[in-house]
Amino acid sequence: MLAFLNALTSYTFLSRALIVGVLVALCAALLGVSLVLKRYSMIGDGLSHVGFGALAVALALGVTLMAFAIPVVVLAAFLLLRISENNKIKGDAAIALIASSALAIGVIVTSLSGGMNADINSYLFGSILAMSEGDVYLSVGLSVVVLVLYLLFYHRLFAVTFDETFARATGTRAGLYNMLLAILTAVTVVVGMRMMGALLISSLVIFPALTSMRVCRSYRGVMVCSAVLSVVCFVVGLAASYLVGTPTGATVVVVNLVSFLLFAAVGRLRKLVN
Amino acid sequence: MPLITCRNVSLQYESTVVVEDVSFAVEEGDYLCIVGENGTGKSTLLKGLLGLLPLRGGEISFSGMERREIGYLPQQTPVQRDFPASVFEVVLSGTLGRMGRSPFYSREAKCAARENMARLGVDKLAKRSYRDLSGGQQQRVLLARALCATKKLLILDEPVAGLDPLVTSELYALIRKLNREGLTVLMVTHDLSGVLKDANKLLHLDKTVRFFGTPAAYLDTRAGQRMAGGGSNAGVS
Repeated sequence: MLAFLNALTSYTFLSRALIVGVLVALCAALLGVSLVLKRYSMIGDGLSHVGFGALAVALALGVTLMAFAIPVVVLAAFLLLRISENNKIKGDAAIALIASSALAIGVIVTSLSGGMNADINSYLFGSILAMSEGDVYLSVGLSVVVLVLYLLFYHRLFAVTFDETFARATGTRAGLYNMLLAILTAVTVVVGMRMMGALLISSLVIFPALTSMRVCRSYRGVMVCSAVLSVVCFVVGLAASYLVGTPTGATVVVVNLVSFLLFAAVGRLRKLVN
Repeated sequence: MPLITCRNVSLQYESTVVVEDVSFAVEEGDYLCIVGENGTGKSTLLKGLLGLLPLRGGEISFSGMERREIGYLPQQTPVQRDFPASVFEVVLSGTLGRMGRSPFYSREAKCAARENMARLGVDKLAKRSYRDLSGGQQQRVLLARALCATKKLLILDEPVAGLDPLVTSELYALIRKLNREGLTVLMVTHDLSGVLKDANKLLHLDKTVRFFGTPAAYLDTRAGQRMAGGGSNAGVS
């Protein structure tokens, strides 16, 4: 652990990864609670695939990656909700449809513009070396915006998640808050994708919420627990990946998996005891 | 002036007209039951009243209250059954319509939530998780939430569906008490026999209004006798 702390102070790429990672983990955990409960778990996964497609296109065009990817993914989030609301194509099918299409377009664009290079590999599985100083500022800014908006609308998002019909009947504009949720998720996914990888970022959204639901009984309890858990798992995963030399994104996911199994066991035990 | 007036209301659900030319009025203090078989437009009519579905024709007007001040008890969704939220959090969310632009609950909202929990006898459950409660307790919690949203009108969508007979009669007693305290009640139900004594008005819906009047007069009609027979059978099963 001491070796990791030493490394943190001497390598800027590590401290950058820590700052951005902690913020993204926090955002993802909070949003994840609503997404999992609304049965929108796959939305993070779908959006990350769209993010990959957008990055591939941005690379080919030679434009700024984040500036290009964020609007595209936000648009995809908007589309996803619209499609799943009109009931003709169910939500999960809509996500699968958009996700695989975006991935396919990304792969085609990449192969046309010079083949699978190291950049693409790092977008799929993540790299902690990917963050430039400008990326760090942008990521921190966006994460703070996501956190503030989420906290401001916390009670309304709860109401819309628990019972959309009731919320709408009492004058809450449910559609607006669903959209807010999707847009915040889109931003979080794009910001976190570079470090965690397009294929792994959705775990950051889903795991902490599912894990804390094993033991927590109130909504606020679940929120606080998944926020803390998500940050702890990220830091442990980052440290482990540095010390053992494994890929960061994958290591963070495995740490999350271990904590999920632990919490599930505790939840089971408590049920048996009662 | 009636609390709610429906004039020639028509509603459609996915391009089929399911409610057509429905007119009725609800006075303050009424206990109105809407009965009818499955797929006769009862729930759709409720959605129209709540403003969740656009009207295809006709008009619905409220007097002395706004539409968002309705206390609504919807049917439970699968999402809610295993939702990790405390009873207090659920009840408190009923005050959301009154909080305006403020992002947080006011002290009055929290007081109102506690009062309504006490009113329905669920104040002792405040810290319990909603998903660990029995079906009857969950309905009481949702009813407390509905009370937080209204001072005048409760709209209940099949409140006793899936409850056992004892819990059902307890819930009816509770609704009767609320009605006597001055709340107007509008209830969609299958269980006609359970509400005949309490309701003062009855509406039989089968796409359009088949009957609208007192329960006693309804029992004299052929449809009423059939529904009452069917209703008590449904209550037993």
